[in-house]
Amino acid sequence: MKVMVAMSGGVDSSVAAALLVKEGHDVTGVTLKLWGGDSDSGCCSVSDVDDARRVAQQLDIDHFVFNFGADFDAHVVDPYVNDHLAGRTPNPCIECNRHLKFDRLLDRADILGYEILATGHHVRVASTQDGPRLARAVDTEKDQSYVLHMLDTKVISRCVFPVGSMTKAEVRDHAERLGLRTAHKAESQDVCFITRSDGREAFLSARTSLTPGVVVDTAGRQVSTVASVELVTIGQRRGLGLGGPGDRTFAIDVDVPAARVTVGTAAELERHGVELRNHVWAADPVLGPVLVQVSAHGEPVAGVIDGAGNVIWSTPQPRVAPGQSVVFYADDIVLGGAIAV
Amino acid sequence: MSDEAYLDCAASAPLRAEALAAMLPYLTEHHGNPSGSHAVARRARQGLEESRDMVAEICGADPHGVVFTSGGTEADNLAVRGVTAARGGVPICLATEHHAILDPVVASGGHVVRVRDDGIADFEHLRNLVRSHADICLVSIMAVNNETGVVQPLGELATMVRDARPDVVIHTDAVQAAHWLDLREVYAHVDAMSLAGHKFGGPKGSGVLIVRDGTELAPQILGGGQEHERRSGTQNVAAAVGFAAALQVTDQRRSVEGARIAAFRATLESVLTEADNVVATVDGTTGVPGICHLTMLGVESEAVLVALEQRGVMAAAASSCASGALQSSHVLGAMGRSDEEAAGALRLSLAFSSTPEEVAHALEVIPDVVLAMSSTGALA
Repeated sequence: MKVMVAMSGGVDSSVAAALLVKEGHDVTGVTLKLWGGDSDSGCCSVSDVDDARRVAQQLDIDHFVFNFGADFDAHVVDPYVNDHLAGRTPNPCIECNRHLKFDRLLDRADILGYEILATGHHVRVASTQDGPRLARAVDTEKDQSYVLHMLDTKVISRCVFPVGSMTKAEVRDHAERLGLRTAHKAESQDVCFITRSDGREAFLSARTSLTPGVVVDTAGRQVSTVASVELVTIGQRRGLGLGGPGDRTFAIDVDVPAARVTVGTAAELERHGVELRNHVWAADPVLGPVLVQVSAHGEPVAGVIDGAGNVIWSTPQPRVAPGQSVVFYADDIVLGGAIAV
Repeated sequence: MSDEAYLDCAASAPLRAEALAAMLPYLTEHHGNPSGSHAVARRARQGLEESRDMVAEICGADPHGVVFTSGGTEADNLAVRGVTAARGGVPICLATEHHAILDPVVASGGHVVRVRDDGIADFEHLRNLVRSHADICLVSIMAVNNETGVVQPLGELATMVRDARPDVVIHTDAVQAAHWLDLREVYAHVDAMSLAGHKFGGPKGSGVLIVRDGTELAPQILGGGQEHERRSGTQNVAAAVGFAAALQVTDQRRSVEGARIAAFRATLESVLTEADNVVATVDGTTGVPGICHLTMLGVESEAVLVALEQRGVMAAAASSCASGALQSSHVLGAMGRSDEEAAGALRLSLAFSSTPEEVAHALEVIPDVVLAMSSTGALA
C-alpha cells in the first residue's frame, strides 16, 4: 500500500517508518514544519527535520517537508493564547493532532494518493465488533490515546500506528539495530512552541498583556497576589504566593475578568462531576458508566456519562480545569472525549 | 517520450561536460596549493589564474578585480558587508533580492526599495532613498530575479543612482543573469557583480565577486590573504576552473541557447495558462528565457510539487527555509501578491540542458496535476 509516514525526527516515527518499509509498503516520509518561532523541545526544529530526512535516506524512502505553519498558528497557537485569556487551560498537542496531523495532513495524503497515514504515536487500533477503535498502547507509560482521542472510526480506518504494540525499549532497540541516528534521541515532552528558557509567561507576554490578580480564600479574604492571573490553573498549588512545602491550598477557581484566584482545601477543590462541551465520539455517542481520564498522564477513574453528556464521578474528584480534554474509555478502548467547561 | 523533466535549473543546472573535463586534472594530478612556490603548486596556480583571466574577459573586467568565492551567497555577502565595513554607512537593495543580499542589507541596518507589481524597482522610491539618506554607501540591484525571472532595467536604475549620488557603490547580483544576459553589458552598469557557477553549468561551491579597481572592500574572511587580501582561504582551484570553463561555453552559446530556451518557455506559458486558474505571474516576455513563473489560483503548490515529482516532473515554488519547508515568497509579497496567490506559485526553470522531450512531458503532466488538485478540494 502507499503509506505516508509523519516523521517528527524522533525515534518512534523513525521506527514506524522502518517497520512499514520492512512490511513491503510503498512508504514516503513527511515532516511537518509547524512552528516558525524559537523551539527547544518540539518536533519541528531544523535539527529534527534533519534527523527525519536522514532516517528516510537510511531507509531509502522519499521524504518531504510540508509547511503547515499558518494552520498551526490559526488552530493551535492563537487558541492557546485565547484560552489563557479566557481563564481556560488549553491542550495544544490535542489541537495539533485534531487540526494538523489527522486533518490537514490526512487531506494532503488523500490528494496525493496515499491510502494510509502512519505516525509514531504509542496507540493501538483494536478490531471490535463495531469496527476499528483507538486503544491504549502496549507500553502504558507511553500511551498517547488521550491526545488522539478525537480520531473517529473513519479516520482510524485510514491510520496505522506501528509502534503502539511495542514498548519504548523495544522501539529503541529496533532503531539501534537498524543504525538509525534517532535511536537514543531524547523525547520531546513539552509544548513545542514554548521554550524552556523563556517559558509560558514570556510567550504569552509577547502576544498579549497579562493581568496581575488577587488571591482570595473561599470567604473572599485576600491572602496573596499573583503576577498573571491567566497563568494560574485550577488545582495549582505552587506559585500562588502561599505557604511553603506541605501547604495544602489549591487554586479552586480562576476568574480572569475579575483578576481573582480563589484558593481552598483539597476538599473544596473536589466536584461531583464535570460539565462538558464539544464532544467527539469514536462512533455513536455513549451513555452510562465509563472510565474517564482528564490529563495526558492521569489515571482513569470511574464515572457515568449522563443524558446531557456530562460526567458524574463515582466518587468526588478534583475539579477539572476548564479547557482540559476529558476522555472516555471502556477498558482500553477510546469511546470519545470532550472539553471541560 | 521522456518520462522525466528537470525544470528546476534555476536552483541548480547540470554540470556542463566542458566544465567537468576542465576540472578533472585539478581533482587528480594538479593537487598543489596555488599559494605555494614549487612546480606542483605553480601548476595549480596557473589553472586558477587562467580561469581568472577567462572570467575577466567574458565580463569585461580587470582580472585583478575577480575574487573567487564559495558561491553566489558569499559573493553577495562580501559585496554588501565588505563595502559597508570599508566605507561606513548603510547599504540598500530591492525588496525582491535573494536573501543572500536582503539579509546582510537588513542586518547592516540598510533600507529596502519597493518594487512595482510587475517586479520592477520603484524608481521614485529608490531616488528618494538615495537622495534623503546621505549615509548610503552601496546600492544593490539584482539583474534577474531568481523566482520570477524579472529583468531589472539596470542601466536606467544605475544612471539614476549615479546622477543622485556619484559616490555610492553599485552592485548587482547577476547570479540568475549569467546564463541569459551578456555579462559585459551587465557589468558595464555597475561597480561590482556576483555570479554563481552552478546556475550555468559550473560546479556548486563556485562563485565570483567582480569589483572595479578602486572599490573599497573589506575582507569578510581573514587568514592567509588570498585573492588579493579580499578573501582568505586556499582557493578551490578545480571549482574556479570549472566555473570559468562553464562560463566560457555559456558565453559562446548564449544567443543560440537563449533563443531555443525562450521558445520552450513561451510554449510552457501559453499551454499551461489555458487552465482557468493558472496565470503567468509576470509578463514572461519581460523575463529571462529560463524562467516560467505561474500562479495557480486555489491550488497549493506544496502539494502540486509532490504530485509532479510522482510523475517525474521536478519543479519549484518559492525558496525553502532551513528545514527544507517551502516558505511564503517575499518576492511575490513585495510585488503585492496575496498570500493565496503566493501559496499557488510554480516556477518552471530551464537551462542549456533542457530538451523538447522534457517540455513535452511537462505539458502532458502539469495540466493533469493542476486539474486534479483543483478538483479534489485542495483549495488554499
